Amino acid sequence: MSQGLELRELRLSYGTTEVLRGADLSVPSGQTACVIGPSGSGKSTLLRCVNRLAEPESGEVLLDGESILHANPDRVRQRIGMVFQHFNLFGHRTVLDNITMPLRTVRGLSKVDAHHTALARLGEVGLAHKAQYRPSALSGGQRQRVAIARALAMEPEVMLFDEATSALDPELVKGVLELIAELAEGGMTMIVVTHEMGFARRVADQVAFMDRGRVLEVGTPEQIFDSPETLRLQRFLDQVR
Amino acid sequence: MNGVGDTFFDWQHIRDVLPELIGTGLANTLILAVSSALIGTVLGLGLAMMGLSRRRWLRWPARVYTDIFRGLPAIVTILLIGQGLVIVARPVVGTDPYPLGILALSLIASAYIGEIFRSGIQSVEAGQFEAGRALGMSHLATMRKVVVPQGIRRVLPALVNQFITLVKESSLVYFLGLLVDQRDLFRIGQDAAANSGNLSPLVAAGLVYLLITVPLTHLVNHIDRRLRTGREVRGGDDDLGDDFDEPTVDRRADSPVRVAGS
Repeated sequence: MSQGLELRELRLSYGTTEVLRGADLSVPSGQTACVIGPSGSGKSTLLRCVNRLAEPESGEVLLDGESILHANPDRVRQRIGMVFQHFNLFGHRTVLDNITMPLRTVRGLSKVDAHHTALARLGEVGLAHKAQYRPSALSGGQRQRVAIARALAMEPEVMLFDEATSALDPELVKGVLELIAELAEGGMTMIVVTHEMGFARRVADQVAFMDRGRVLEVGTPEQIFDSPETLRLQRFLDQVR
Repeated sequence: MNGVGDTFFDWQHIRDVLPELIGTGLANTLILAVSSALIGTVLGLGLAMMGLSRRRWLRWPARVYTDIFRGLPAIVTILLIGQGLVIVARPVVGTDPYPLGILALSLIASAYIGEIFRSGIQSVEAGQFEAGRALGMSHLATMRKVVVPQGIRRVLPALVNQFITLVKESSLVYFLGLLVDQRDLFRIGQDAAANSGNLSPLVAAGLVYLLITVPLTHLVNHIDRRLRTGREVRGGDDDLGDDFDEPTVDRRADSPVRVAGS
């Protein structure tokens, strides 16, 4: 039984558009996979199949050898945290409440325990002093760090990042990327969909290049960035460099 | 000019009707308006949830209900229910026209309020729902704690407008025939005007209506402004004292949720 995440032959269509056309990816426990590729290649959809925000029509997603497609979605999502491009913090609640609400609702923590856990997680992303603010009072980078703290507070085994820095102003990207890199060093199992090639090269254990609904090429950062095999990856790298 | 003053603003007539207007009329108008606002809000929220359901057999009845009660003139609904259901209601409530009047007003209001809630809830970004689900919260918990509170907050001005309409439409209940001490603002003003042959009592009734509705109008503007400009809340250390399951209508205002690409 393999430990980690295993995505096999995932297929998914929206209407007549085939978004995933047999995508495979394997992320051993404790490793970080960065997914790169042109927009519309199915990166986000691949990610969303892992926590079942999207349901693949066929294929399999295994977490530590067990199918998550046949498990209770809410249970699956407790084990798999997700960070979105647009943060998706709950705007009607304070930063602290954003973290305590799921802790209390999902993990059943008491008010006091949830409060302490949330403050601890906020402290780890350097935002404990913003606990009583509304998300709208925070910068984009701060919001994304809160979103990461919120996901981590649920103590997931796997973290998914869906273009977590794409909506940020350039000067705010670095802080968020560093936080993700720290998580990778800490041994979290992660899939990171990103356009930050420097980050992928530095942090990823493996890089997957997606194109037209398939993972076309997988390898170490050196293999992918220094000696790309397929013409499509070569073209893609030429465009983003 | 003197004629106009005598017809509309005869102080003697206004003074005469004022005690009854305040003592009986205002109380009755408020009973009708407030109780149907409460019932209408509860029913309206239910209609909104039905209308947003993924199940067709829930959506469809909500749609038909809304079309009917929003499409009929209020007076038609009030007469049909107030008189038509008397036989059914008599064993329960006797001949008192109030319960059926309140029921009719509630049903009408719920059709509008349901649409108000529905549009508000639909305006909440899909990302909010997804974030709740991604954290492992159930569909119901995500709706109840994340989506619905934000949706309702956005439509508070429209909701208060609906309450203003209710205050005014409550006067139509007089068509059901009211006992002397059941008369609302309009009926007392109208009776006094008929008896005295002078419109001043009706003007006085109108002024009392304005006393209720104008502050409500300003409340709408105030809420609207706060929602638009936002007001950041920074509490002290009192958060643990806060009710975590606070009512969906949170008084602590916030700028409208700006999630996407802000």
